[in-house]
Amino acid sequence: MRGIPIFFYVFVMWLLIIAGGALIVPIIAHISIQGFGKLDNLIDSAVKAGIAIMLVVIWILIMSKIKNWIFHKQISH
Amino acid sequence: MLDRTIIAILISAVAFVTVYAITPSLIKVLTKKNMVVKDYNKEVATMVARPGGPSILAGILASEFTLYAFFPSTAVLAIIITTSFAFLVGFADDRKVLGGWFKPLALAASALPIILLGAYEPHLAFPLFGSVKIPELYLALIIFIIPVMGNTINSIDVLNGVASGFMTIASFALTICLVIVHNYDVALASLPLGFVSLAFYKYHKVPSKIFPGDSGALTLGAMYGTLSIVGHVEIIAAIALLPAVINSFLFLSSVKRIIEHRQIKANPVVHTEDFKLMASTDKSAPVTLVRLILANGPLTEKQVGFVIFKLALFSAALAIITSFMMGIKL
Repeated sequence: MRGIPIFFYVFVMWLLIIAGGALIVPIIAHISIQGFGKLDNLIDSAVKAGIAIMLVVIWILIMSKIKNWIFHKQISH
Repeated sequence: MLDRTIIAILISAVAFVTVYAITPSLIKVLTKKNMVVKDYNKEVATMVARPGGPSILAGILASEFTLYAFFPSTAVLAIIITTSFAFLVGFADDRKVLGGWFKPLALAASALPIILLGAYEPHLAFPLFGSVKIPELYLALIIFIIPVMGNTINSIDVLNGVASGFMTIASFALTICLVIVHNYDVALASLPLGFVSLAFYKYHKVPSKIFPGDSGALTLGAMYGTLSIVGHVEIIAAIALLPAVINSFLFLSSVKRIIEHRQIKANPVVHTEDFKLMASTDKSAPVTLVRLILANGPLTEKQVGFVIFKLALFSAALAIITSFMMGIKL
């Protein structure tokens, strides 16, 4: 069947999304920054945003590596 | 429940019949006004009417207003307003070529009604691990989702019938997922998207009589994105869209900047002598989903479309599995 590596890539992406939940929920859900008064919410969100962006960057890097590995032949072709 | 079933049948019929009936007239008007573009994948020079966005929007508005008349809700209102704004952005781009950054920014602004109407809950739900509350961060996510979904659908609109066919599969999968997670009201509101896409596919399939254009693709993508937000199924919606996400990801990681498809200098796909599609051997050409599908040899436009539909069905199945996993907590 045509495009089997692409089906595999979709499946890997799906697994990475599920794994992403395993990292995001326990880490971000338990963060609660206090002691800055009115700025508590803002700092709390900024820290969570920072972690989320970091995880997205890691996710993109992993996807890029997997893409090169799966499609090496096609891309070099 | 019976009420919902009757309304579901009614709005599905309104969505389908509106697009099915209006599109032939739209094709005539566009052709008369010389609003046609060349279909580069046809052996014989063929001009195709564009954009089909107006008939897509008409179908969505007719059905969503019908739904609103029976079940008024901020979610339906948010769908109507955001989708209409996204249509206007796309229609402006259809009429006059706009810069690469204009569309994402204008689409981000289209997402504001969702925030202003408060048609969201600031929780991001993950399968197996529960949800995470991100009040301020979620606002940024709303602004991010609409341009991404809109442009993702726009980027897959490369061959006859692909955008509308893909959207038909993804949106019906989203409706099933919304039913699985017991969000029946938004499931109802999502039905018109599938039926509008299906009716438009009738005219968009090979050989196309009309192209959706930016107005059509952005309308479909923005409505899909809005449904994912108001239905609290952001992750599931993204999974159903994975082949299109991959297409955007491959494209962006090979060109390494945000540009329009028309700005590409080397085409990723070329034609054989018998006018089949073939992957380009030009190393400067961007890597796209279609180019990867063609890596093992040439295929007809219709065959490539069917491979993309199989991928869409595969991700739809993964999205449905994921929505069942939402009910399981580890």
